[in-house]
Amino acid sequence: MDLAMSLLEARGLSKSYGNVRALEDVDLELEAGEIHALMGENGAGKSTLIKLLSGAELRDGGIMRMVGAEVNPRDPLDAQALGISTVYQEINLVPTLSVEENLFLGRYPQRLGRIDWKEVNRRAAKALAKLDLQIDPRTLVAELPIALQQLVAIARALDIRAKVLILDEPTSSLDAAEVARMFELLRQLRREGLGILFVTHFLDQVYTISDRVTVLRNGRLVGTHKTSELPRLSLVAAMLGRNESDVSQELTGRPTNALGEQSLVAKGLGLRGTVEPFDLALHRGEVVGLAGLLGSGRTEQARLLFSLDHPDRGVVELQDGTRPKTPRQSLRAGVGLVPEDRKKEGLALNLSVRENIVLALQAKRGWLRRLPRREQEAIVERYIQALNIRTPSPETPVGRLSGGNQQKVVLARWLAVQPNVLILDEPTRGVDVGAKQEIERLIAGLRDEGLAILLIATEIEDVARQSHRVIVLRDGRQIGELVGEEAQPSRIMQLISGDTA
Amino acid sequence: MMRHRPLIATIGVFILLTAIASLRYKGFFSTAVFLDLFRDNAFLGIAAIGATFVILSGGIDLSVGAVIGFTSILIATLVETYRWPPPIAIVAALGIGSVFGAGMGVLVAKFRIPPFLVSLAGMFLARGLGLTLSLQSIELKNPFFAAISDHPYALPILFLATFGVGLGLLHLRPFGRNVVAIGGREESARLMGVPVDRTKVGVYALAGFCSALAGVAYTVYTGAGNANGGTLLELDAIAAVVIGGTLLTGGVGGLVGTLFGVLTLGVIQTAITFEGTLSSWWTKIAIGGLLLAFIVGQRLAEGKRMRE
Amino acid sequence: MKAWVWALIALVALLLLNAATTSGFFAIKMVDGHLYGSLVDIFQHAAPVIIVGLGMTLVIATGGVDLSVGAVVAIAGTLAALLIGKGFALATVLTAVLATGLALGLVNGLLVSVGRIQPIVATLILMVAGRGVAQLLSDGQILTFTNPGLVFFGNGHILGLPFALWIVALLLLLMSLFTRGTAFGMFVETVGDNPVAARFTGIDARGVLLTVYTVTGLCAAVAGLVIAGQTNAADANNAGLYLELDAILSVVLGGTALTGGRFTLVGTLLGALVLQTLTTTILTKGVAVELTLVVKAAVVLAVCLIQSPEFRVHVFRKRPA
Repeated sequence: MDLAMSLLEARGLSKSYGNVRALEDVDLELEAGEIHALMGENGAGKSTLIKLLSGAELRDGGIMRMVGAEVNPRDPLDAQALGISTVYQEINLVPTLSVEENLFLGRYPQRLGRIDWKEVNRRAAKALAKLDLQIDPRTLVAELPIALQQLVAIARALDIRAKVLILDEPTSSLDAAEVARMFELLRQLRREGLGILFVTHFLDQVYTISDRVTVLRNGRLVGTHKTSELPRLSLVAAMLGRNESDVSQELTGRPTNALGEQSLVAKGLGLRGTVEPFDLALHRGEVVGLAGLLGSGRTEQARLLFSLDHPDRGVVELQDGTRPKTPRQSLRAGVGLVPEDRKKEGLALNLSVRENIVLALQAKRGWLRRLPRREQEAIVERYIQALNIRTPSPETPVGRLSGGNQQKVVLARWLAVQPNVLILDEPTRGVDVGAKQEIERLIAGLRDEGLAILLIATEIEDVARQSHRVIVLRDGRQIGELVGEEAQPSRIMQLISGDTA
Repeated sequence: MMRHRPLIATIGVFILLTAIASLRYKGFFSTAVFLDLFRDNAFLGIAAIGATFVILSGGIDLSVGAVIGFTSILIATLVETYRWPPPIAIVAALGIGSVFGAGMGVLVAKFRIPPFLVSLAGMFLARGLGLTLSLQSIELKNPFFAAISDHPYALPILFLATFGVGLGLLHLRPFGRNVVAIGGREESARLMGVPVDRTKVGVYALAGFCSALAGVAYTVYTGAGNANGGTLLELDAIAAVVIGGTLLTGGVGGLVGTLFGVLTLGVIQTAITFEGTLSSWWTKIAIGGLLLAFIVGQRLAEGKRMRE
Repeated sequence: MKAWVWALIALVALLLLNAATTSGFFAIKMVDGHLYGSLVDIFQHAAPVIIVGLGMTLVIATGGVDLSVGAVVAIAGTLAALLIGKGFALATVLTAVLATGLALGLVNGLLVSVGRIQPIVATLILMVAGRGVAQLLSDGQILTFTNPGLVFFGNGHILGLPFALWIVALLLLLMSLFTRGTAFGMFVETVGDNPVAARFTGIDARGVLLTVYTVTGLCAAVAGLVIAGQTNAADANNAGLYLELDAILSVVLGGTALTGGRFTLVGTLLGALVLQTLTTTILTKGVAVELTLVVKAAVVLAVCLIQSPEFRVHVFRKRPA
């Protein structure tokens, strides 16, 4: 056997959904006895890559080999038979069944046509003991904390004789002690010769555990590096699509308009486990940027500010003294939120462009005071023009529009409310360059009209260029605030990466 | 312990009701009454066993009562009009019931049509076909049926035997575990290698078989074929399953609970008969009240667990 | 294309089939100042299903279902007959009946919206218990009545047309105004299409759910009055039996998807008329009544299969390329 052959090798993997290229020409090599981190922001293609490797989806192009032999997993079962097991973040186990049943579901040992429960129990105990898991195999999975559920899923994968173990954000909902325990386990498995592909968005974890790291961005491979030879700053730069020379370039041109009084103040706002308590003040005419990697708490902060989640401490207070407790009260108090995931959280896809645009305004007025149709049409016409929304007609179902135009519809919805405070979570994600420029121009216009804007974006340069000041988040905490020209991409990235240099 | 709480509640309610009725009515706590409990509720019980599997898988079957009526009139027609030997007629009816159920299962599993609508169509179809066979009820003169009916243990044994087989299927065969897994989380079950579609077809086929077998019990019990038999029985079956602690969302529950659910409904019925002055509709109201208590109770317990 | 076009086509086709095979099918006679004829009959018979179906349309548009309408119909009819029998004034009786329907709907709504119990489960409770309550009220008897006011609901005529038809027209108008004249319909559709987005947009989904179930309870009470009026009696055992299924079927036939979202009240009206015309056709053709159920089964399956993407793929694309 050729020693140079990788345990798992993928070359030129590609996958499209409709006319969206989710993954393009991506290579990946995973060695036996290696922990390999896979990183990238939203839309980078991590989950698509995992789905192809695990057989959950069929690839459009490229080739997969295991120890040199070509493999083509048709479905997850097939992949498991080949030795590729995947532990997903959520959907691994059946919560209403016991641990032992989850370990042997789909492959129960049988005797005389009956499930051999003694054998199930014995083997389950053995599989759990192998991972030092002190759980009664008869416990219901639903009664276990998430951390233990993940470990049970890994136990199952190992018992199926996995050679390749793919872990999709296994640590995202674990506390520090649980993460440490999982890492201990991963190291043990590495010693036993498994190849582990590990998706995470925590930099610290990458450096703690992984041997190599592969970075994807916008469906393409950015590169694979030895973790020990890759400075944190370079890793962040790779994820955010910037090279070292860009980083050192000075970014100039910030908003210079004068600020008005405070529109929104958050004091000690926090939610245990997701967002550390933070203070925030937004002024009229101000754009405040939130920068941080996926999972840094940026979206979670936005949700608290809009009262989508109930904080367990702190308050949000508006200029007029109101303290909204629900999204509806936030809306009435003049706060708007353009959510990150426009399809899941923003749009009613089967409803028309017109309806989607007037929805928030109508919700603010209440159902009894219906906007007269003519007024609706006037508003919709105005925003279709102002935002250059390309739609065959205002009555077209919004689901038929392109991503950029859908995003503009959500924006239009909130502009129509004429809010005092607007929270924009990734307003330009997944839209084309033209639409992006239009949206950015629009944000500048709103700022000049006196709106207070909180801008969240993965693209650091975008945030820096448009904001009066940038707040940097890591692990659910505000770790720095950069004002005006101070907010250089290089500086922001240093903060994000935790490089004190 | 958590998972046994609904079952304990069900058994508790059953014991409580039995105790109250035994204290209140002379002669209630007797072998004869309990034997009758199993005899009178045999067809409901058998149907509820099938319904338990369907509900555990996360589905629903509205065709139960109609299939009972269809089976009953089919057997009567075959035996009395066409002079088939009763055992062959019964086997034929059971076969047709299973195929009928499997057909519904295919529509649910392969074409992803909501079980509610599929079994609604199934109900119309079975009822319509039954009425096509005969609008009038047909008395069974063949001594075969009277012989079984006269035997005091025949129907209870059929009920308990079905329960035993169901229990074995649910706990000792991968099929049963797959059913529970699908109802628990279909996506996970699929990823873990459960043949989801095949299992679903099997579940509805089993339910069809149970409904047909319940139809056989009904025919023996009433001594006649009646296309209108079993009207709304699907509701009683679903109620028994829910009172037995099985969640209508699937994945949680079991047959022991269903057995006690059926017996609880039976005890209510019997107690109301013993009372004499109370009318039969109190049964429905009591069942509705129990349903409310169980559903709200489960919801509260679930909410509490979520908070913890 | 409007969602109800298919129902309209089916209705027209059925009517034409009848006209072609039954002479004088479209004929409408004036007797004693009342209009009579097959078309009037169809409308008259379909009225209860339409009335319940209008409420059910909203419930289904939110992604739910209400199984209890048949039981509410039984309670409403029985209560009306009982109270009239006790000598209460018609206005009092009607108020009591409608208030009861409203209250029962409200209970369903609370279970679904505040209790967050699956609609099918929440409404099952009243479906089981409700008929028992109706039988309790009537003591299991069929309560007959002669009060002209109540009878009018089923058999009265205004301007030659059956009163039930006027009720249908009035309810359709009111419900259309309620849903489309206000923003309520849009909120219902948003909640059904994407509940998460509804929440992000500040829509009070809880209030919407509470309202649609309450309205449906009210509709069921009205239907109960019509059914009682048509038979001059309240039959707690049989009134409204399977009505929930017919109503759901009419809604789906009319083009409102069971998964929620877009709804059409006119579609439901047409759906109910298709079902009734089908039944009438079978009756007038001398085909055995029992086949109505078989035909209904076929219609349900056909509609479901047409709406199933998996089925379309299976049938239209799975040919060897």
